[in-house]
Order: sequence, then structure tokens, then C-alpha cells
Amino acid sequence: MVDLRNAAAIVGIHEHVTRYAPDKSELQIQGESVIKALEDAGLTKNDVEGLFTASSSIRNSGLNLADYLNMYPKYVDNTTVGGGSFEFHLSHALTAIAAGRINCAVITYSSLARSGGVSVGTGGVGRYGHPRLDPSPDSFEEIYGLTTVGLYAMIAQRHMHLFGTTSEQLAEVAVATRKHASMNPEALFRTPITVADVVNARVISSPLHLLDCCVITDGGGAVVVASPEVARNCRQTPVWVLGAGEAVAHQGAGQRDLIYIAAKQSHQPAFEMAGVTHKDIDMAMIYDSFTITVVETLEDLGFCEKGEGGQFVSGGRIQIGGELPINTDGGGLSSNHPGMRGIFLLLEATRQLRHQFEGTPRQVPNCRLALCHGTGGALGSRHSGGTVILGRD
Amino acid sequence: MPEWNKPLPSIVGETRPYWESCRRGELVIQRCDSCHEYQFYPRGICANCWSNDIKWVKASGKGTVWTYTVTYQNRTQGFAQDVPYVLALVELAEGVKMFTNIVECNPQDVKIGLPVEVTFVQANNQVTVPYFKPSA
Ligand SMILES: [Zn+2]
Repeated sequence: MVDLRNAAAIVGIHEHVTRYAPDKSELQIQGESVIKALEDAGLTKNDVEGLFTASSSIRNSGLNLADYLNMYPKYVDNTTVGGGSFEFHLSHALTAIAAGRINCAVITYSSLARSGGVSVGTGGVGRYGHPRLDPSPDSFEEIYGLTTVGLYAMIAQRHMHLFGTTSEQLAEVAVATRKHASMNPEALFRTPITVADVVNARVISSPLHLLDCCVITDGGGAVVVASPEVARNCRQTPVWVLGAGEAVAHQGAGQRDLIYIAAKQSHQPAFEMAGVTHKDIDMAMIYDSFTITVVETLEDLGFCEKGEGGQFVSGGRIQIGGELPINTDGGGLSSNHPGMRGIFLLLEATRQLRHQFEGTPRQVPNCRLALCHGTGGALGSRHSGGTVILGRD
Repeated sequence: MPEWNKPLPSIVGETRPYWESCRRGELVIQRCDSCHEYQFYPRGICANCWSNDIKWVKASGKGTVWTYTVTYQNRTQGFAQDVPYVLALVELAEGVKMFTNIVECNPQDVKIGLPVEVTFVQANNQVTVPYFKPSA
């Protein structure tokens, strides 16, 4: 394969920090994010050749966004594979830039899940009347009352059965991310919580409690990706895309062992491309739709053995100062989750690699290599997994 | 028959034999005549080898709970008032897994590995839905 290491860098970022924006349109949040991210990079509208976006609510998202921004990109990608779509976008932008098709791309996302009253996790298929189900797979699934929480809860249940994982171990993930959220002024929930708080919260779908589940917010953001030539003249320290891998996992016609998730397939290509090992990774952004998502992802990424994730996340190992700090912005569990959180993984990893929090407790010391893994869809039915490895010089 | 307030399946050619069998109180699945693999959900092709040598076979209707969750919150009509209910993946004796609800039991009594068997509930004149209950 062509060596893609250092072929593209993240040169600009912006998080639209709103958690509640009832008077904005989703396209406005994307537009404002793109403008600010380009400002951050020191680039302008005319520099952008590629447009990458995903949405669960905007129809023809790439087309409508180009229209809103009055742009004529020559490379458009609205790959939509759930919340981790943006790790796929970064992977695709890397390829497009390395191939010389484009020199600069923006990736953007927004959602008004909170002000729109969307029950992301517990809405089920139809809150207001029943939509016509697709003949398959929906007609074999939605008739049984699936919820997003439920599809993760089923994997948590099986994980507990096979490996003895406990609710207290899952709670450690929520406790760690809340601790990190307490250092993020933009986080939705900032008051520290204990393991007891999590396991005593009401059960939403057994064995997952309320605090095992991500928050629901509005929000959005943008990432500017550029070739080395463009990156050289940008304002910020370039954050190189060193490796990328993508995968899907599904029922396998009824035969797949769903305890293994897409991260098991996507991590190896990313590590191989980057030429680094797990021990080299200074921090990780792990999609945390639910606490079980993190445990499963850390295992299948290879940070620990299968079944040992519950132990791995305990004892402060995933907190800043621990062996592998994760989700240092407070994650989806405490900071924000507008429905597709993958872009925020890229934003926080970039901040950490820029050493933006130097001199404060939020900074991961000597952060040179970060891994982001986005999960989209649901572990219990079908989902995507995108791994990217980022680094600074 | 009380009015069915849960979502109903959409039925097309490749899935019609499944739903027609359910109406007769019989669970059928597909097996490929080329590669001999079972598959679920039903398709017009073999998902494994992509041949179209698909045969419908009567399933034993028996299986075990592969995993489950007791659902306490779902805003969808028909399920909102049904909580707590058990959503499960059942592994059929033939080796394929399917989504279902475990019915006719206390949700607290459901465990992974619990032997279950199919039971049918008529939704309306066109559709009968297969569920699973603990084996007798
Ligand atoms: Zn076959």
C-alpha cells in the first residue's frame, strides 16, 4: 500500500459549544463551525476543495450544505454510518489528499437533538405513530420494541454473563468521564459522581442505568484537513493523520458472535499504517454512547484481552494521570452527545495534541499520539467502527 | 381481537413465506442448497455464498436465550405501556439468532441460556407475530 503517514494533517478545528440551540438551524451551526475552523487554521473559503458531512436529519447532507455555504467543492462525501461517520470522513479525506485529488477539506456536523426533543436512546422506532417498516431488517426487529439503549444493554448483559463484568466496573467509565467533564467548562454535566451514584440510578434497559447512558444535547463542530504543503503555512501545529482503519459489524445472517465489535477489524490496519503500537498511544477518544461501548471498544482495539475490559477501566487507569486517559473532554456520557458524536473525538484529540491545556489538569502530559475510535449504529444489531491514529511532530 | 398498537412488518416476496407460515403457526427459516448454511432474516439470496438456491425449512421452534434486556423505557406506541418487557436475541437450535420478546413469564426469570420455544400471537387478519416463551 502507498505510505499514507503524514500525507494529511488536521490544521483547524472548531466546536460549536452550544448544548441547546432552539433558535438555530442545523445548517447554520455547521456553517458557523466551518467558518471558525478555517479561521483557526488561517485558511479561507477559497482554500476548501473537499466537503465531508453526515447527518441523521438533513436530507442530501453534502448537497444541502454546499448550497447553504454557497460552495462548489470538487470532492463531496456524506458517508453516513452512524455516530462514527467522521472517523470514516477523516480516513477518506486522507486518501483523497494523498492521491492529489484535493489539498484541503472540511468535515462538519451538527444536530438539534435536544431542542428537537429527540429521544435518541429510548425513542424506539416511532414516538408519534408507526412509520412503515422496511421489509428487512426492520420488519424482523422493530416489531419487538428495540431501543438503542436496549441494543447496547444486550451486549452488556452477555459481557457480564461471559466474563463476570459488573455494573460497578461499567460505572467506572461514567465516573472517569465525569471527572474529566468537571475540568471542561462547556460540558453539560460537571458535578463529580461516584460508582454508587451510577449503580443506584434507575435502570433504563437492564443492566444499563441512566448514568451508563450518554447525554442528549444540541451542538456541532468542524475539522479542517490539509496536505503537508498547505499545513506548513497554517497557524496551528499540524496534527498528522498517521493511520486509519474502517469496518462494519452486523448479524452475519444470524451467525455472527456479536460480543466482538467492529473495532476488532478496524484497529489493525490503523496501527499498521501508523507504524506504532498500543504502548505508544498517549490518550484515546473512545466513542462513549454507553459505558459498555467503551469496555467493548478498549478490548477489541487490543488495549486489553477480551473480557478484561471491566478490570481495565477500573482503578483510575482511564483517567488523566492513568495509563490510558480517555475522553478528556467529558465524552458523550457527560459533555455532549447530539446524536453522532464522532466529530468531537477528533476535536478533543487535536486539542490534546496541540497541548492546548498545557499547565492545567486537563492536559495529558507529553501528548504525542492519540487514537480515536468512532462507533456508529448499535452493538447488538449492526454498527460501524472507524479507528484513526493522530500525532504531532 | 383487540386492535394491534405495535408496529407491523412490511411483507414482500422474499419474506412472504415466513409471514404466511407464521399465520399457520409454524416458524420457518432458510437454508441454502449450495453451501448448506442457515440464515436469518430471510432473503432472496444466500447471504453466505450469494447463490439463489434458497430452501424454506421448518424450524424446530426451540432455542436458548443468547442475550436479553429488560426494557423499562421506550416511547414507541405499543411498547411505552408494555414496560417492563424482555427484548432478546434467541439462538435457534439450527444455529441462527433472531430478535424476539420473551413472553408468558416474569421478566426477572429470564436468564442467558434459558431454553425457550416459539409461540404465536395474531396481530390482525394478515399478520401473526412469533414470540418465545420458556420451554415447558
Ligand atoms: Zn449459500
